[in-house]
Amino acid sequence: MEDTSRRELFRIIGSSIVLTAAGSGVLSPALAQHVHAEIAAVKSLSGGPNYVPKKFTPHNFLTLKKLGDIIIPGASDAGAAEFIDFLSSHNDELAAIFNGGFGWLDNYMQKTYGADFLNAAAAQQTELLDKLAYAKNRTPETAPGVHFWTWTRNMVVDAYYTSPAGVKDLGYMGNGAMKVFNVPQEAVDYAIKRSPFANEG
Amino acid sequence: MFQVQRTPEVHDVVVIGSGAGGGTAVKVLTDLGHKVTLLEAGPMLDPSKDFKEHMWPWEVDHRGVGPNAENYFGKDIYPFGYFLAPNGFWDLPGEPFTVAEGSSFRWFRSRILGGRTNHFGRISLRFSDYDFKPQQFDGLGTDWPVTYEEMSPWYDKAEEFIGVTGTHEGLRTAPDGKFLPPIAPRVHEQLIQRAGKKLNIPVIPSRMAMLTKSINGRAACHYCGQCGRGCRTASAFSSSQAMIFPAMKTGRLNIISGVMARELLVDSSGKVSGVSYVDKATRTEKTIKCKAVVVAASACESARLLLNSKSSQFPNGLANGSGQVGRNLTDTVGHAVSGVIPALEGMPRHNSDGISGMHVYVPWWELDKKNKDFPRGYHIEIGGGFGMPQIGTFRNVAARAEGYGTKLKDDIRRYYGSQVNFSGRGEMIPNEHSFCEIDPAQVDQWGIPVLRFHWQWSENEIQMVKHMHKTFKDLIETMGGHVTSPDLPPDAVKAVSVGGEIIHEAGTCRMGDDPKSSVLNKWSQAHEVPNLLVVDAAPFNGNPDKNVTLTIVANAWRAAAHLADEITKGNV
Repeated sequence: MEDTSRRELFRIIGSSIVLTAAGSGVLSPALAQHVHAEIAAVKSLSGGPNYVPKKFTPHNFLTLKKLGDIIIPGASDAGAAEFIDFLSSHNDELAAIFNGGFGWLDNYMQKTYGADFLNAAAAQQTELLDKLAYAKNRTPETAPGVHFWTWTRNMVVDAYYTSPAGVKDLGYMGNGAMKVFNVPQEAVDYAIKRSPFANEG
Repeated sequence: MFQVQRTPEVHDVVVIGSGAGGGTAVKVLTDLGHKVTLLEAGPMLDPSKDFKEHMWPWEVDHRGVGPNAENYFGKDIYPFGYFLAPNGFWDLPGEPFTVAEGSSFRWFRSRILGGRTNHFGRISLRFSDYDFKPQQFDGLGTDWPVTYEEMSPWYDKAEEFIGVTGTHEGLRTAPDGKFLPPIAPRVHEQLIQRAGKKLNIPVIPSRMAMLTKSINGRAACHYCGQCGRGCRTASAFSSSQAMIFPAMKTGRLNIISGVMARELLVDSSGKVSGVSYVDKATRTEKTIKCKAVVVAASACESARLLLNSKSSQFPNGLANGSGQVGRNLTDTVGHAVSGVIPALEGMPRHNSDGISGMHVYVPWWELDKKNKDFPRGYHIEIGGGFGMPQIGTFRNVAARAEGYGTKLKDDIRRYYGSQVNFSGRGEMIPNEHSFCEIDPAQVDQWGIPVLRFHWQWSENEIQMVKHMHKTFKDLIETMGGHVTSPDLPPDAVKAVSVGGEIIHEAGTCRMGDDPKSSVLNKWSQAHEVPNLLVVDAAPFNGNPDKNVTLTIVANAWRAAAHLADEITKGNV
């Protein structure tokens, strides 16, 4: 099957469905697996160094990339900033949340440290982020930043875990074809041993 | 192969709607040699284009949020997520409905070949003997004019055709059927089985319309767990793929898609003579003549069509001499609780996709208990496992775990797969405050008068939800976990799903032996109009805790076979 082109595959699948509809076709697990693999062909998610942001200024876009990698290491390569920029270019409410947030962030950093977020020292960046990230550190002064932080964090998490890198990091092994569905005994034992049922045998 | 075919001049039977009921009628009637014309309000379905099965979220720029970030603002393009099968909407542009003051109701409507069967959960449970005779059982509700024994052979046919997993358990609350092999329980499901044992709650293999082996020319399941996206290999049942596409091959089926039925027409003898409909694309009015009509537009849409078919012979709507069309509207009682199970945290990774949804479930277990707070029961649906990560999958974890960086990544990795959820699906008893009628003042964009809904839960449903909440909490805690859902509010009615939300509407054209108190006879045939059948969930005299689809198929099969008989005998 290695030489089968994507188009050829869809032709085969198409005819399988026709046969199925006619009451005779069976799509083999091997073929189904191949289709899953084919469709999974990964497109480039991060726009690369020449990416031109659709909605954000180049400075804010770099700020977003930096924030993304602080929130989830590897998020930039997984296209988190491009994801947020793309959606903001299609939704004014979202764009306002982020543009407003970038403005608040740099203004706060300037007043506190004399440098915008990107140009501040790493310790200064995390000093602010700790004030946003932990409920016990929050003050009325940082409330606008908390709103921005929550949106950024949620969307960075979404972007990373819907990327190949995030799926790999989690160890998700599905979206394939199996001939028989099995549950590994090792996993069952692991859970039982840690559960209140450990001594029941 | 999916083109719309030309309409011939002569129509034996017109079927309106192509979901579980309409699909079954089409299959049975064409198999028995009758010519059928099918009217569908939506477009044709092309699984190779319409189903997003196998897609990873990164294959689209918006990763499933929707191209305009709809999901983040609560305005999903597809109500159950971007990747789900095209199935329908809570609100259809240009086709409103109204809700009476003081009521809440949601109405999920599908406009595509196969209707809601393209995406439904595929849970396929037989009703029990007492579900057909609720009045005799506990004095509440209305008995069906059929018994379980009469329905059982039709359940056999339905199961053998659509393919249903399961095991023989001998439980009165979960009658056994003609089952395909069950599927192995996942790890969290095995923990739930153990918790159930401690709490005396039965946890048995689920009964789902997915093929654990190849039957009737449909491929066996390959366990990608994406049944809700639509199944390109038709291994998960849908009426479009399993019933209608094969019927197209017989040469006896004409499909007219993209049309909205406006009215059923009657002749001077009081029989249905044809259907008036709107061709949506051209906005033209059309009429077809036929010998019989099978209405299967979904319980509420079917009631709407009858109520809108007024004539001098039927001033209150067609077949509505009893005044029962639109009455006795029910939905399933829903309530869900989630929890986190530490024993599952960090579990060795494996592929737990399987068939989508649950591999085991809990049938009602307190049928014989005395002094209950509510008369009827519920079943429990189970969720959990290592699903494909999606937009929002880790929203709860992110909310609980503060911070960022490596710590957040570790937390998410540890919690992944450790969440379980329980959804109760309970029986609502029909009440006089829950019904639909024609709104006297509003029409849709085709000029067809729309429905107005009235809704009220009763004490039965409220007490049931309290029982559900406690049971789900007990199960989670017995597994060593903790509940992450909010506590039950003091006013428990707020914890019951909104009417219509579980998408199991039923009862609007109930069956019975007495034409004064029912719309249809025991063959789903209108008492007053012998060549008119209704075969979705509208004929149901109740809405047991067993989900409606399998019974829609079994009842429609029985009704269509009877209609075929009557046509052959010249009675219709």
